[in-house]
Amino acid sequence: MRSKTAVLLGRLMRNIMRSPDTIITVAITPIMMMLLFVYVFGGAIKTGTDNYVNYLLPGILLMAIASGVAYTSLRLFNDVKSGLMARFITMPIKRSSILWAHVLTSLVSNALTVLVVILIALLMGFRSGADILHWFAAAGILGLFTLALTWLAVIPGLTAKSMEGATAYSYPLIFLPFISSAFVPTETMPKIVRVFAENQPVTSIVNAIRALLYGGSIGNGIWIALAWCVGIMVIAYLFASKAFKRQLG
Amino acid sequence: MNHAAISVKGLKKSFKDKEVLKGVDFEVQRGEIFALLGSNGAGKTTTINILSTLMKPDGGEASICGFDVRRQPDHVRQSISLTGQFSSLDGMLTGRENLIMIAKLRGASNPAHVADDLLAKFNLVDAANRRADQYSGGMKRRLDIAMSLIGKPAVIFLDEPTTGLDPEARIEVWNTVKELAGSGTTILLTTQYLEEAEQLADRIAILHDGKIITTGTLSELKKMFPPAKVEYIEKQPTLEEIFLAIIAKKEEK
Repeated sequence: MRSKTAVLLGRLMRNIMRSPDTIITVAITPIMMMLLFVYVFGGAIKTGTDNYVNYLLPGILLMAIASGVAYTSLRLFNDVKSGLMARFITMPIKRSSILWAHVLTSLVSNALTVLVVILIALLMGFRSGADILHWFAAAGILGLFTLALTWLAVIPGLTAKSMEGATAYSYPLIFLPFISSAFVPTETMPKIVRVFAENQPVTSIVNAIRALLYGGSIGNGIWIALAWCVGIMVIAYLFASKAFKRQLG
Repeated sequence: MNHAAISVKGLKKSFKDKEVLKGVDFEVQRGEIFALLGSNGAGKTTTINILSTLMKPDGGEASICGFDVRRQPDHVRQSISLTGQFSSLDGMLTGRENLIMIAKLRGASNPAHVADDLLAKFNLVDAANRRADQYSGGMKRRLDIAMSLIGKPAVIFLDEPTTGLDPEARIEVWNTVKELAGSGTTILLTTQYLEEAEQLADRIAILHDGKIITTGTLSELKKMFPPAKVEYIEKQPTLEEIFLAIIAKKEEK
C-alpha cells in the first residue's frame, strides 16, 4: 500500500511543481497581510512587545495553511470531476491510499508555503531564541493543524457540485485569525467578541506557538491547542471517510 | 474458466424514487465486444458503474469472470479496467507519465517499457512528452484506452467512448477498438450511436427504460426486425462523408 501511495503522492507533487503558482498564490496573501500589519497598522497596535513581526508570525502561518488546504479540496474535486478518481477506485489498489496521497501532498505543500513565509518574516525582522526541540514542537503543532484542516478540506473536495463550492469553506477559516489573539491582544475586544476570540482554536494555537518560539510559559495552553487540532482532525476524518464511502456507492 | 466474462441477472437500481434499472439481464462471452445501446437516461452508465464496483445494485446478480461484484469487489477489480465517460487522465502529466503512473499502480515490473510499448501501439509516440491537456479529443481518448489496457485486465468497460468527439476522432477511436478485437480482451461498450454499435460490436443489447429489450448479433437483429425491402434510391453522400472527403483532400495538399 505504501508504494501505491507514493506513486499517487508523486503524481500530485508533480502537478504542484508544474504549477508553482499554487505555492506562490497561497503564500502571497499571508505575506501581504504581514507587510500590511507590520508596516501600516503595526505602529498603532499595542501588543506589549517590541517585535511585532514575532507577535504576528504564528497567526500569519495559520492563515497560510488555511488558504493552502483549499487546494486539496480543489485537487480532489478535479479528480472526481475528471473521472480519474473513478479510475483509481476501480483499480486493485487500497482505496485509503488514494485519500492519503492527497493528505500527504497537502502536508508537503503547506510545509513549503510555511517555509517561504518564515523566510520573508526573517527578512522583516522575525527572530526566535528557541532551541531545536521547541522548534520541533512548534512544527508539530503546525503539522497537526494542517492535518486537521486538510481532512476538513477533503469533505467539500469529494462532495461539492462546483469548483466554487469546493473551496468556499476556506474563507471563514482564513478570517478566523482576525478574531483571535493573532494580530492584537484580545483584552481590548468587547465582551462577546472577546469570549469568542479566547475560546476558538486559533487563539490557543497561536499562544502555544508563541510560547514555544519566544520562551513564554507553556503551561496548559499547549494541551488545549493540541486538543483542538486532534479533535477537529478526528471529527473531520470520520466525515471525510463517510463522504468517500458514499462516493463509492 | 467456463464462467462468462460478464454475467448480469435481474439487475435493479433506483435513485431516490426513480427506478433506473428494472431487471437487466445479459451475458458477455470472453473475447467478445459487446455493445449496450441506448438513449440518454436508459441506464447504461448505471450498469457500468455497478459492474465496475463504483455502485452497489439494489437487487439482482452481477459477476465478472465468475466474481460477484457485491461480495468479491477486490477480485472484480483485479479483472477490470474502467474508461469513464470523460477521458480520465491527469492533464498536467505527459501522455508517457500518465501511462507510467498506471503501470506502477498496477505493479508492472517495467513501467517505462509498458508505457513505450503502448505509445507506439496507439500512435502517440510524437506526443509522448507533451502534457495530456494539450491533446486533441481523439488523442485523449486513445491515451485513455491505452491506460485501461495496462495490466491486461480481462474485461474493459468503455462508457460512451466517442461521445463529444468530432467525426475524424470518432473513426480514430473506432479503429483503436477494432484493433483490440481478437486480442482476447472482453470489451463492454456503451453507446447512443447506432452506427457505433454496428461498426464495433460482435453482439448488441438494446437497453431501453431500464430493461434489455433485445440481444443478438447485428445479423440476428436485422432478421428479427423490419424485414428487408428492396428499393432503388439514389445514394447521396452523407454530410459526414462530404466532411471527411474534404478533410482528406486538404491533408493531401
